[in-house]
Amino acid sequence: MANEKIVARTGNEAMAEAMRQINPDVVAAYPITPATEVVQIFAGYVADGIVDTEFVPVESEHSAMSACIGSSAAGGRTMTGTSSQGLALMAEMLYIAAGLRLPIVMADVNRALSSPINIHCDHSDTMMVRDAGWIQIFSENCQEAYDNMLQAVRIAETAKLPVVVTTDGFIISHGMERLEILSDEDAKNFVGEYKPENYLLNFDKPITVGALDLTDYYFEHKRQQVEAIKDSKKVILDVAKEFGTKYGRTYGLFEQYKMDDAQIAIVAMGSTAGTTKVVVDELRKNGVKAGLIKPRVFRPFPKEELAEALKNVKAIAVMDRSDSMNAQEGPLCVEVKAALFDADIKVPVLNYIYGLGGREIKLEDINFVYNELTDAVSGKSKNRISYLGVRE
Amino acid sequence: MANLKDLSKQKALFTGGHRACAGCGAAIVARQVLMAAGPNTVVASATGCLEVVSTIFPFTAWNTPFVHSAFENAAASISGVESLYKSWVRQGKYSKKINFIAFGGDGGTYDIGLQSLSGAMERGHNILYVCYNNEAYMNTGVQRSGATPKGADTTTAPVGKIKKGKEQYRKDLTEIIAAHRVPYVAQSVVGNWRDLTSKVEKALSIDGPKFINVFQPCRLGWGYDPEMTCEMGRISVDTCVWPLYEVVNGQYKVSKPKEKKPVYEWLKLQSRFRHILKPENKPLLDDIQAATDKNWEMLLKKESFTAPAVEIKQA
Repeated sequence: MANEKIVARTGNEAMAEAMRQINPDVVAAYPITPATEVVQIFAGYVADGIVDTEFVPVESEHSAMSACIGSSAAGGRTMTGTSSQGLALMAEMLYIAAGLRLPIVMADVNRALSSPINIHCDHSDTMMVRDAGWIQIFSENCQEAYDNMLQAVRIAETAKLPVVVTTDGFIISHGMERLEILSDEDAKNFVGEYKPENYLLNFDKPITVGALDLTDYYFEHKRQQVEAIKDSKKVILDVAKEFGTKYGRTYGLFEQYKMDDAQIAIVAMGSTAGTTKVVVDELRKNGVKAGLIKPRVFRPFPKEELAEALKNVKAIAVMDRSDSMNAQEGPLCVEVKAALFDADIKVPVLNYIYGLGGREIKLEDINFVYNELTDAVSGKSKNRISYLGVRE
Repeated sequence: MANLKDLSKQKALFTGGHRACAGCGAAIVARQVLMAAGPNTVVASATGCLEVVSTIFPFTAWNTPFVHSAFENAAASISGVESLYKSWVRQGKYSKKINFIAFGGDGGTYDIGLQSLSGAMERGHNILYVCYNNEAYMNTGVQRSGATPKGADTTTAPVGKIKKGKEQYRKDLTEIIAAHRVPYVAQSVVGNWRDLTSKVEKALSIDGPKFINVFQPCRLGWGYDPEMTCEMGRISVDTCVWPLYEVVNGQYKVSKPKEKKPVYEWLKLQSRFRHILKPENKPLLDDIQAATDKNWEMLLKKESFTAPAVEIKQA
């Protein structure tokens, strides 16, 4: 704690700062709003020679992830950053990075997907690639973005899985906040040195990466990958515990805010969780037993843990900042409901699709949701999907 | 330059036992390129015949580090490997001299991988990209590509009642890459090991991005007997269908055949051009001959125009 410095930084600056301290071997990236600054600031560090990184200014996000895969397979600590359409263009390579078990770390600034084209925040980009096999970590604010980036490197290299750390576009990426940063030495010690096990540049043990699996091996390899993502829960918790012990900021798979005696709870990810905390505090003053669950880790999904945390509430609202276009609940709500079903928890679950394309979510909106939850507890409101803040 | 005897004594970096067709030209390209490159070579490959036949898990034909990730990105993949190498060398973590070679078929190079290739060439990575160009998507079953010549019968531009195979001329990728002003661009062929290995050696002696477009007869897609592969390559050169040349720092150097043969001599050996040999398709044959002649003359003009050397240095 003593070595920490308190500064004012935007989310993008915080992520770039973490990348400077991580000092990866290779960063390959392509500009896209609102993530551009992350790699733009980083390119400045490269230009000034204050990092050892080879910066590869590729011609597309597809090549960004392809170059990252090449670099990571060759044995290097490798990072990138993107958003929205960039993440979509990378999609093919995201699955491959995960299947090859490469510990690439990516900053993703959540932004709506086209069409219509829109540069503002929602989670549809990250949700689009939720099954790509990457560990997905959401950040509520600049501090979490910074802390998550440092932890992501350790998580990725221990779990042998790629990790994406997200912030909410503009809301966090361009919002300036108070940020406690570790000393360079502490950050360096925390992330440690990367020692790859098998890598292309090791000519003593030449390897073939990306072989063709047919009917006789593909299933087994995917099964192992499933096990790796399951096991990564423990890795994430171990790394968080070490980080918390050393630097005082504790993290888990999700955050529980005033959940101990909560009767109604909202489940929300990213910056909206911050807004929700303000409302919870206000409601608590009036005796309403409101709580919040903020999933930090969406992949692997903390199914059992989340159900356990929600077992005593009387009604739940799940806030989805994207829509699956599946004529049922949004992606987060589908997961939460599956978790509740297997835990035999049968309480009203209201799903709110909100904030698409950066539509503002206000305190009043969250307050409205808690009011509906109170109605649901008394049987006045049933399971349903609502679109919060839309004109219709 | 190594002689054939020396080359044959080297440890094979691309081994036998792979699953390529009898008479496969792509396997010959891989073997000869790696013979010329020697040890300390990292290979990246695009998805395609070469990758599919050589890495069926748990086997691999590569006695050297090899990476494949997708179809359209061999150039980006190898640029990532090379960037890591540069980073490690700068950090004092690595000192060995390494060759970085990417292989892609014409589908993965002319078409879906063109953007990735162009980006890697423009960024100036110290890599050699080798296109094994068999003029169609052979791995998926002979579909037309941007490299497929006019008149060829493919499964997506087939000869039918009203169509006579591919209706467009092939694109000139070698010239597209030459327009990137990279230090070394060349065309070579299966069937002339000396030309290919010496070009690979030369390319790898030059710092910066290099590109060699190797014409690779495919017995399946072209329709000829498997023992004819090398001969097919040589006839491609003799007919000027595939001229052998280099562009070294902007200067063209063309290898002229002793006697320029008519394109008919090349076409008649391949079932994909069978229809062109019919008398009623004489205009198409004439068209192909004229286009070949024009391309050849243009190339000779470029050679004379660029001599003596116009030095173009890579930034």
